Amino acid sequence: MFEDEFKKDSDVRRGKYTTVSIPITLYNRIKELIKDTGFTSVSQFVTYILREVIASMEREKLESSMISEEEKKRIIEKLRKLGYI
Amino acid sequence: MVSKPHGNKLINRVVVGRRRDHLLEEAKELPRIEISETLAADTINIAHGVYSPLEGFMTQEDYIHVLHDMRLSNDIPWTIPIILDVNPEDIVDIKEGDDITLTHNNKPIAIMKIEEIYGWDKNEYCKQVFKATDPTHPGVTKTMGRKELLIGGPIDLLNDIYEPFEKYRLWPIETRVLFEAKRWRTIAGFQTRNVPHLGHEYVQKAALTFVDGLFINPLVGWKKRGDFKDEVIARAYEVLIQHYFPKDSIVFSVLRMEMRYAGPREAVFHAIVRKNFGCTHFIVGRDHAGVGNFYKPYEAWEIFKEFPDLGITPLFIRESFYCKKCGGFVNEKICPHSDENRIRISGTKLRRFILRKEKPPEYMVRPEVFEVILSFDNPFIE
Ligand SMILES: [Zn+2]
Repeated sequence: MFEDEFKKDSDVRRGKYTTVSIPITLYNRIKELIKDTGFTSVSQFVTYILREVIASMEREKLESSMISEEEKKRIIEKLRKLGYI
Repeated sequence: MVSKPHGNKLINRVVVGRRRDHLLEEAKELPRIEISETLAADTINIAHGVYSPLEGFMTQEDYIHVLHDMRLSNDIPWTIPIILDVNPEDIVDIKEGDDITLTHNNKPIAIMKIEEIYGWDKNEYCKQVFKATDPTHPGVTKTMGRKELLIGGPIDLLNDIYEPFEKYRLWPIETRVLFEAKRWRTIAGFQTRNVPHLGHEYVQKAALTFVDGLFINPLVGWKKRGDFKDEVIARAYEVLIQHYFPKDSIVFSVLRMEMRYAGPREAVFHAIVRKNFGCTHFIVGRDHAGVGNFYKPYEAWEIFKEFPDLGITPLFIRESFYCKKCGGFVNEKICPHSDENRIRISGTKLRRFILRKEKPPEYMVRPEVFEVILSFDNPFIE
């Protein structure tokens, strides 16, 4: 069949992981901390924390407004016409 | 301050001015693929940044990551694949790298750059997205009936489709300006596909007590048989807001997007979409985006734990009910009374009153809302 020419889901590698190093003392500290918390491994915890921190750092890096004054005026005018303002 | 867009970039792929004139000419010469209203709505939503940071339909890498990891290939949270399905015979003359014109009712909607053509396992899709393969799940039936191949790549929007609710439709860039103009710093998004009964109103007002503004954003477009028609929902909210909400606390606008009935995954997706509209909070109720008994009542709350980087705060608000002893709307956490005092308001109960054209009790639905419903010969989708 025609569609057999294309890659299927199962052909694509999934769940790719890589290794980073952390001090063994930190590792043990985390291991102790996450006991009975729902986190099942140090890696899972570290991933969770990194995502949380990185998302907030990325947000801070953004400029406050991405809309030009001209665009803003045009939108305000439309919102007035529609009765939103 | 309004939320930053998802992936920190509000997408705009709406082509205007001379570039649009030029691309409209070009579109005439390109191979065409006719798409459904639902897919046309997705195309338009992508272009207006509703699905930011997506710039087009997903290529395979994003698709697979979303399916299995609930994240895009750049690690940004994303739970529902945004895909374009085609028949193999529709694309015999098309190869990766080509530009094509997406049409709806033969009108050009967008130009799409085909980055990738790939196969998909619909059964696996259903298992991952719906946690079900049972054909009684409306999402499963719909998915299994879709076409055999997927095409992925960015789009450039040339034309909108006809929108009967034009006066109620705002795009993310517009709600962002609006929320700022209103000086709202915290905004709770409310997703709905129903006419509002008192239970919904209680949840909305519980949220509104803690935030500056409420963004009521019902979905219009494909829903299952027996759901309320779009026009009924829009008109019902019009009267509810007019009579029962402080004027400066609400923004109401519709979003043309299909319901997937994917429960927890769709709850996260709904939150991401409202984040793009500028919401800082999103109300997740009981059995959010669920259907039948496919998901546990509060399963949609659990899934949010997996996304510390979502960038919008879920508001978990319990199901409310009327308690005869409390004499008002309450929830499990604040009412000490037994079950026989509690009256749960459900869509099913409301439906019975509607079908009999019988006035429901005041604690069930506002009289103005009920009047609107009854003004339709048949308020339900057939
Ligand atoms: Zn009570």
